[in-house]
Amino acid sequence: MIDIKNISKKFNTAEGTVEALKNVSISIPEGDIFGIIGMSGAGKSTLVRCINMLERPDAGSIEIDGVNLCELSESKLRSVRRDITMIFQGFNLLMQRNCLKNVCFPLELAGKSKSEAKKRALELLDTVGLGDKAKAYPAQLSGGQQQRVAIARALATNPKVLLCDEATSALDPTTTNSILELIRSINEKLGITVIIITHQMSVVESICKHVAILDNGEVAEQGEVTEVFSHPKSLAARKLVFPEGSTDSLIVGGSGERFVRVIFNGAGATGSPLIARMAVEKGIEANIAYASTKSIGGKAYGSMLLGISGDDADVNTAVEYLTQTPDVLAEEVTVHV
Amino acid sequence: MFNDLFSKETLSEAWRIIEAEFPTAIWETVYVTVLATAFSILIGLPLGVLLVVGEKNGILPLPSWLLHTLNVVINLLRSVPFLILMILVFPLTRLIVGTVVGTTASIVPLVIAAFPFVARLTESSLREVSPNTVEMAQSMGASPIQIIVKVMIPESVPSLISNATIAITTILGYSAMSGIIGGGGLGKIAINYGYYRYKYLIMIAAVILLIILVQIFQSVGTRLAAKADKRIKKKSI
Repeated sequence: MIDIKNISKKFNTAEGTVEALKNVSISIPEGDIFGIIGMSGAGKSTLVRCINMLERPDAGSIEIDGVNLCELSESKLRSVRRDITMIFQGFNLLMQRNCLKNVCFPLELAGKSKSEAKKRALELLDTVGLGDKAKAYPAQLSGGQQQRVAIARALATNPKVLLCDEATSALDPTTTNSILELIRSINEKLGITVIIITHQMSVVESICKHVAILDNGEVAEQGEVTEVFSHPKSLAARKLVFPEGSTDSLIVGGSGERFVRVIFNGAGATGSPLIARMAVEKGIEANIAYASTKSIGGKAYGSMLLGISGDDADVNTAVEYLTQTPDVLAEEVTVHV
Repeated sequence: MFNDLFSKETLSEAWRIIEAEFPTAIWETVYVTVLATAFSILIGLPLGVLLVVGEKNGILPLPSWLLHTLNVVINLLRSVPFLILMILVFPLTRLIVGTVVGTTASIVPLVIAAFPFVARLTESSLREVSPNTVEMAQSMGASPIQIIVKVMIPESVPSLISNATIAITTILGYSAMSGIIGGGGLGKIAINYGYYRYKYLIMIAAVILLIILVQIFQSVGTRLAAKADKRIKKKSI
């Protein structure tokens, strides 16, 4: 259990003081895969560096299993950091060491014997699927392979928490998925709490159970991924979920149309052509003025704006028809074209 | 003045001198250069490390007055011309070696002149190590000493070797200058025969040998640096 309570952090820069984090509180259940998402400059990196105290927060506390890290001395922190390891966007492998020696690195720091470290490192390289690359140098590996070595290295000291700082941002989509799959299996097998810092919605959607949305140094929203992404309440969350813009700003439609907003709230609707069926069964032709839907865990989330040319009766029929479908909401809305 | 440069007598006389004096001179030059470089690295490398880690945002911040003093001393020593420095350090040389003339005595001013240079070269090598790599080590719980010994220095080895090569060739050049105060080696021969006795052929031979020595040091250094660098992609088998 990680309890981040009211932490704040300011930086003094040439342009004045920047408040990177403002009164941030997040609690992360043990064994969870927790996403922290936000645009660049939202304070994600500062937050993750506060969790392992590479940055000391100006105020607030960070408790891991009841131990407040803010109260620990530098030397105590060093041993605590073996329990909170980290992987990075740039992998940050030691380029002059081969893979085996890279994985041995945290064990050397912890004072383990050479033979013990080597044995453990070989096991871990096997775990991440690179058992045959022990003698290769990082420069000889692809980005995905380098990140696997970094993951093996992060696991070497049997940590309780794995921090992933934009760990897949430098990778292509296929490699990203395989790395996320690896992280998920590690989380399941070893029960390590994983914290994923990212700006990519897709990463959070595919792997995280909980998410916190960070905006301008503040937590805009947090909760279960399905909940937050299907009902984004805050502006910051809506911007992330509907990056193309809100429904009010991007509309294609003719004049004289009336609008119905359809909300997909985890409907199994993806398989059935709802709008087409409505046209066939009710004779109502709807113009899709705006749509942003996503499939999360095989269910549809998002919203759609239908333009309907017709009278009150048509609009009411449409609303009624759409609402009948499970997990779909519909209502008439006024929008300015 | 070069009229009888290649006459039969000059040639045979030159050959006699070369045969008699050059083997010792080459040995003295190499001896002085290698020893002076070794001592310069011994003093300059730790100072270079301090310049990097001791910064305000470094991993082992030093009191700012100390870092400032260190910088000033290094800059001061680097700005004194070597010829003047040799004379200025006479008292120190006498204290350490017991005399101010001779081959071994010339090592002292060489080291004094070269260690600040080595410190700056080390500083620039260590700055090539990415701050992200250092952060990685910190996130794994590395102490400042562990970061220096296990990350910063090993990661910059190729660059350190290249810079050591620059240092050794520069020191070789300085060592030739120390011929003026009686330091042995090829420099002394070039000055004594070429400058004082107008035996240009000897001077040219000494200079050519110096060039060859620089070439040898440089190519060995370049090769070692390339061999040490694991970032250069080699096809994995």
